[in-house]
Amino acid sequence: MINTDICIIGAGPVGLFAVFETGLLKMRCHLIDALPQIGGQLSEIYPHKPIYDIPGYPTIKAQELIDNQMEQIAPFHPTFTLGERVEKLEKLEDGSFILTSNEGTVIACKVVVIAGGLGSFEPRKPAVIGLEDFEGKGVSYMIKNPEAYRDQRVVLAGGGDSALDWTIFLADIAKEVTLIHRSDSFRGAPDSAEKVFNLASQGKIRLLLQCNLNSVHGNGNINKVGVLDKSKIETFIEADSLIPLFGLSPKLGPIADWGLSIDKSAIEVDTFDFSTNVEGIFAIGDINTYPGKLKLILCGYHEAALMAQSAFKYVFPDQKLSFKYTTVNGINEF
Amino acid sequence: MENDLINITVEDQEGTVRDLEIPTDISLSLMEVLKASEYDILATCGGMALCATCHIQVLDDFELPEPGDDEADMLDTLHNAQSDSRLSCQIRITPALQGMRIKIIGAE
Repeated sequence: MINTDICIIGAGPVGLFAVFETGLLKMRCHLIDALPQIGGQLSEIYPHKPIYDIPGYPTIKAQELIDNQMEQIAPFHPTFTLGERVEKLEKLEDGSFILTSNEGTVIACKVVVIAGGLGSFEPRKPAVIGLEDFEGKGVSYMIKNPEAYRDQRVVLAGGGDSALDWTIFLADIAKEVTLIHRSDSFRGAPDSAEKVFNLASQGKIRLLLQCNLNSVHGNGNINKVGVLDKSKIETFIEADSLIPLFGLSPKLGPIADWGLSIDKSAIEVDTFDFSTNVEGIFAIGDINTYPGKLKLILCGYHEAALMAQSAFKYVFPDQKLSFKYTTVNGINEF
Repeated sequence: MENDLINITVEDQEGTVRDLEIPTDISLSLMEVLKASEYDILATCGGMALCATCHIQVLDDFELPEPGDDEADMLDTLHNAQSDSRLSCQIRITPALQGMRIKIIGAE
């Protein structure tokens, strides 16, 4: 079990700056992030894009900002759990928290700071009535073990790279592969698209273009999917498995189930200290909302600074907080 | 100096149709205008063509600049995208939008 003063969920720029602000007050931080690297969307999505509204930097590339922030917090020796998502949050009688990740990592802390940005990226589910009833009963949104599809009748839906790649891969394993795509062309890698067209012309897969997944049927397990063609006529395909691959979309995920007050996928906070309705849990950065909220990195930094002042009383209940400037006091490594 | 104004017609998720009058010098995306007009759009990603919660359909074959790669890739992954689907965050407000009719699809 990891023991820390503050567990920060999200290792983006705002989560990293929270390490700095709480570090000045001698609080130790552990960060956990669903992505495999530090930096949040800055490193994952736009590492080379310039940012123009960081005070003191007329322009700075997103990844450079993250690298600089890592250097800035080095004196406080934060620890990290990467590539794992917090699934469960438990509040103990003494007011402290136990967090458990999807990989079983357990973190004990006195304060939880949610700096989760957009949330975590989860598979986008098509709006097909009854689809969720078959999840785990033939319907899955990602392929963990391709062998599970050996000798099965598999229907894939989607037109991106993963739909193309898995269609090609499963063509050799499954008994029957059908790919449904809404358009008549693919934007994925041209090589993969060509392979898929070839497999279809050789009769090794069934390719249904300009078609949409429309219905799912089964008795316990899925056994049939309905497909709508461009003239809105539905045909049915017998299937043991359905794999909708419609990309990833940012979602709050398990955070939504922790009793926090939420408005339009954002956590409501008190602007006094960016505390949530659950004592000891704060939310800072893009994931929170309040009147006048601006989703800017620099606003997240401000929120981190104010949060740290309030978090102090949970970590050091017997101590009095005195505010000090870094210009006077410097950075005291610990 | 008086602002140039354009009118666009918006149908929301409930089917209510309303005209919006938009100044063209505001330097906003259509998503930002729709949000400011209190339409129910999450815009989780804030305009980076990442979440597709600002998904709209552009009606009547209205001519718009082609989607960029980010937008086209995202539209391609959407289950409910049609040939006239766009992400409103990627559409800048310009005088060329005068008279456009759109339908909000929004989040899945």
